[in-house]
Amino acid sequence: MSLLAVSDLHVHLGESHVLQGIDFDVSEGGVTALLGRNGVGKTTTLRALLGLVTSRGTIALDGSEISHVPTHKIVRRGVGYVPEDRDVFAGLTVEENLRLAERDGDPQYDLVYDLFPELKQRGRQPAGTLSGGQQQMVAIARALLNRNRVLFVDEPTKGLAPLLVTEVARVLERVSELTTVLLVEQNLGVVQRLARDAIVLDTGRVVHIGPAKELLADRPMVHRMLGVGAAAA
Amino acid sequence: MSTFVLLTITGFGLGAMYFLIASGLSLIYGLMGVLNFAHGAFLTVGAYGMWFTEDHLGGVAVLPRFLIGALAGLAVGAVFAAVVELVLIRPLYRRHIDQVLVTVGLALSTVALVIAVWGNDARVVAAPSWLGDTTGVLGARIPNDRWIEIAAAVAVLVGLNAFLRRTRYGLIIRAGVENRAMVTALGIDVRRAFTLVFAIGGVAAAVAGVLSNVYFGTIDPQRGTSLLIFAFIVVVIGGLGSLRGTAIAAVVVGLVQQYANYYASSGLGDLSVVLLLGLVLLARPRGLSGSFA
Repeated sequence: MSLLAVSDLHVHLGESHVLQGIDFDVSEGGVTALLGRNGVGKTTTLRALLGLVTSRGTIALDGSEISHVPTHKIVRRGVGYVPEDRDVFAGLTVEENLRLAERDGDPQYDLVYDLFPELKQRGRQPAGTLSGGQQQMVAIARALLNRNRVLFVDEPTKGLAPLLVTEVARVLERVSELTTVLLVEQNLGVVQRLARDAIVLDTGRVVHIGPAKELLADRPMVHRMLGVGAAAA
Repeated sequence: MSTFVLLTITGFGLGAMYFLIASGLSLIYGLMGVLNFAHGAFLTVGAYGMWFTEDHLGGVAVLPRFLIGALAGLAVGAVFAAVVELVLIRPLYRRHIDQVLVTVGLALSTVALVIAVWGNDARVVAAPSWLGDTTGVLGARIPNDRWIEIAAAVAVLVGLNAFLRRTRYGLIIRAGVENRAMVTALGIDVRRAFTLVFAIGGVAAAVAGVLSNVYFGTIDPQRGTSLLIFAFIVVVIGGLGSLRGTAIAAVVVGLVQQYANYYASSGLGDLSVVLLLGLVLLARPRGLSGSFA
């Protein structure tokens, strides 16, 4: 059985029919990459899975239907979320950002500070004064504090310097050993390094599902579906 | 000199009253984006809750009667505000026009209901005689109730700050002001915080209602509506969603009103506050402080 099963998922945002009945499964463990050109509905898909946008269709997590469950309850079933724009709380300190994310009595601060030792030193610093890379650390750390069944990670390397991209990829690699990751990512080098499976969206529909390495090895297909050539991480 | 001292301290007292009403208004807008035109109703309900309780404790001495009445007023204000959030506001989140219509309707119907039940006449509220006395400060005789108003406002400001800085719900509210959706995406039921914020706003407004009973010596059905106008001015000057800005603006508005009424002409106080609002909006369109702090 799949960890996450999505069937006939539709999302309308205003006049726009963003997701037009997508179907895909995410199996347990490792990284599944959700790929596609800009504006095809990748971020909307993650937001729909979390209940952050109104959707129609079926979403099952561990066999339980969650499509009409409120967002906070979906998250409490073991879903972590690292949003596209980090969305750290700028007016709160790093410590407060982390404290806010604690869901149960056993937050994994050892893991978080092992992965991001810098966050411990910057605990009292307002998150709004951190660099983009440091904010990304906070965003990922918030999701890792709790034991999740699946982690939705949306473009974690967006806007980061090459050195930080490699660092984020290293962290996600380690995270994927602990939990299942559904990753939206434009950097195909990172996808190549991390992903086991790939789902490709185009204009609100799933146009390809298969092993990530096979997809990335097929340059004409990558160019046709994603409009880019593969790059090294 | 003594006149200036009197005007200044009574101006602070008036500002304290405005802050008590405006703090809840600002908190509610900051977290939920709800412009609560029914906030004056929280004050009225709290004030009448106090009067009603006092009225039914006829044989009890004045001080315990006053204290029990005040506590009952606060409780009624909190419960009323929480029920309003749960029943009327919660189904209308993100429907801002509907929120305005509902809260305006509630404000009007609360006044009408109070008039229907207890009449339009002012009701006398019993208070300990000490509150009606004065205390000498630099030659000025300051009415004692002004000290209570100032102390209550300071206590609410300190308490709200401590609540926001030191409790988990405070953390949720501060984060929710920035990004409500992300708070939800961390597994937090932000709606509970909404209800709590309404209840806190209701308590603060009810404190203002109880103190306005002492200030005026009576209670009437229009009290909440008339004070709410100044509370809105305070919130706009202070910056929507800013507690610190609200506190500063409340003091400024109270002082300007008192000084203008005495040094310019009696009755010019209200006009000067509106002029002040215009000046602040021209200079700083988002008020003194545009963010929640």
